[in-house]
Amino acid sequence: MPKTLYDKLWESHVVHTEADGTALLYIDRHLIHEVTSPQAFEGLKLAGRKPWRTSSIVATADHNTPTTHWERGIEDPVSRQQVETLDANIREVGALAYFPFKDKRQGIVHVVGPENGATLPGMTVVCGDSHTSTHGAFACLAHGIGTSEVEHVLATQCLLQKKSRSMLVRVEGPLGRGVTAKDIVLALIGRIGTAGGTGYAIEFAGSAIRALSMEGRMTICNMAIEAGARVGFVAVDDTTIAYLKGRDFAPRGEDWERAIACWRTLVSDSDARFDAVVDLDASGIVPQVTWGTSPEMVAGIDGAVPAPEDFQDPVKREGVERALQYMGLTPRTPIGQIRIDKVFIGSCTNSRIEDLRDAATVVRGRHIAANVKLALVVPGSGLVKSQAEAEGLDRIFTAAGFEWRQPGCSMCLAMNDDRLNPGERCASTSNRNFEGRQGAGGRTHLVSPAMAAAAAIAGHFVDVRQLA
Amino acid sequence: MKPFTLHDGLVAPLDRSNVDTDAIIPKQFLKSIKRSGFGPNAFDEWRYMDQGEPGMDNSLRPKNPNFVLNQDRYQGASILLVRQNFGCGSSREHAPWALEDFGFRTIIGESFADIFFNNCFKNGLLPIVLPKAEMDALFGLTEHSPGFRLKVDLPAQLVMRPDGHAIPFEVDAFRKECLVNGWDDIGLTLRHADKIREYEANRRAGQPWLFA
Ligand code: SF4
Repeated sequence: MPKTLYDKLWESHVVHTEADGTALLYIDRHLIHEVTSPQAFEGLKLAGRKPWRTSSIVATADHNTPTTHWERGIEDPVSRQQVETLDANIREVGALAYFPFKDKRQGIVHVVGPENGATLPGMTVVCGDSHTSTHGAFACLAHGIGTSEVEHVLATQCLLQKKSRSMLVRVEGPLGRGVTAKDIVLALIGRIGTAGGTGYAIEFAGSAIRALSMEGRMTICNMAIEAGARVGFVAVDDTTIAYLKGRDFAPRGEDWERAIACWRTLVSDSDARFDAVVDLDASGIVPQVTWGTSPEMVAGIDGAVPAPEDFQDPVKREGVERALQYMGLTPRTPIGQIRIDKVFIGSCTNSRIEDLRDAATVVRGRHIAANVKLALVVPGSGLVKSQAEAEGLDRIFTAAGFEWRQPGCSMCLAMNDDRLNPGERCASTSNRNFEGRQGAGGRTHLVSPAMAAAAAIAGHFVDVRQLA
Repeated sequence: MKPFTLHDGLVAPLDRSNVDTDAIIPKQFLKSIKRSGFGPNAFDEWRYMDQGEPGMDNSLRPKNPNFVLNQDRYQGASILLVRQNFGCGSSREHAPWALEDFGFRTIIGESFADIFFNNCFKNGLLPIVLPKAEMDALFGLTEHSPGFRLKVDLPAQLVMRPDGHAIPFEVDAFRKECLVNGWDDIGLTLRHADKIREYEANRRAGQPWLFA
């Protein structure tokens, strides 16, 4: 029987199946950060259990770490305690790799795993973090899990899962100039909704996906969770293999050759059947900007904020009303007239080197608008930061009035000091525009790095294609 | 984990869709390294008029009179009615911890986000999916009959209204068994330790680079 990539990834990890189909899946890679792990380590200890295979663990501190004044350490005592708890836990149990606060490889867990070659095709990857779906870009079965599951994986190297249905998202055709992976995924979520992928495992395919770099594929898989799907992935091709070659934890020598042969099988069979198929025409996608408090509330840069009465479903209509009120927006306002206060370029969606290059291209030789109070660039990791500095991107940003920060999650979720004040409006390259996400009362508009850069320069949203 | 069999409780309505886990428990409270004590900060931004920070005395904070769970009639509620895609967003298990600590034992809605749904079962909190028509009726009854209660019978997979109408619901057999018995699933999984070791040995032999 022909198989989907999902079938292959699933079947190759089943250790045991219960009568109702619940499977015990073996976990190859366990990523750990400070926020969702302390209770799991504590639970393990209280139950007198030992971790099963600590060489599966790659850990880093990212959510709570400051992005300025590293010489002062972590000043918030509660944040510091959480990061120190991670230090102590990893010191006690061990790991394949640990990138603690201030390490030159420290960074956002979903940036750090792939760039060190710790995310390899065919793996099951878990992390107590919903954006673990990012690693699906490498044809991994990558799940976000809760803390009880973190403990379960620590103790048993397995996860209890029910198989999802399969969805194929096919994006065909050339992407327009200035249109990026972020725009593809926002347009998709606008189309199927934030619950459109619930219960599905999404495979992203089609010529537009094939044409993307690994960075772009990670951006798309990262936001699979925003479409409701716990996992999203892309089949292996030459781009995948070229990216991995020579990375620290990638195989070498004879193993490399064997691994490639194995990875080449990680594609859906040509006649495989999916439970659902969604087709998107890449050439019709324009730069996207969210206007509401859910990623599905999105429009093209050439569009306008909708009115509640555009929506039939009463629950939806009320949701839109509440969103417009929270966002301080009037129906029918053209997206290009929305003025911003802050800009955030960063997060596990868009903080990789390619994202920074994209933004820098727009910013080069220009300056942020007078009404922009703060424009932040937060590289995804120490390695991204040093690469960008070697290319001189930091100087392009600082000359334009941006702040160049230390790596971490930063204003994506505002657990550290980087945040919006009530009522402030932000062009953000992150993945969630929920109420209060970037600070209580803050207003988030999700965009691509190029669009965030363009908004910083103009002071309002603007079509990046007209700036260039 | 607390076993869940029969539950009879006061019902509270939260009539909105796409309630995300950032709303259920805002990030500043995620700095805690404990599993308990999140209840007073459940729905913090909606529930209080001021901005909540860890360590505040929540009993002294001004409550938002317009937030439904602050109404007198819903105090002590243990059953929460919700709409679509409840628990979307972040995987934080602090969300079910906060709901459980607040006093909820079951959440009944039209649909739930995957990770949240899963996390509930690990914490003795039962999420129940019912069709929209049944939810509309339950929201109506809750609003119009003060003190409205429901009975939830997990073994029989029924939600029972006081008027005798019984609504069946689906639940995975394995999850149900774990919840009814209050089983710790790590213990259950470790019964298969030999199988895990055998799988692992084969995998290591076939793809050694995964074990570098
Ligand atoms: S960057 Fe944002 S979304 Fe990504 S892991 Fe950090 S907090 Fe989560």
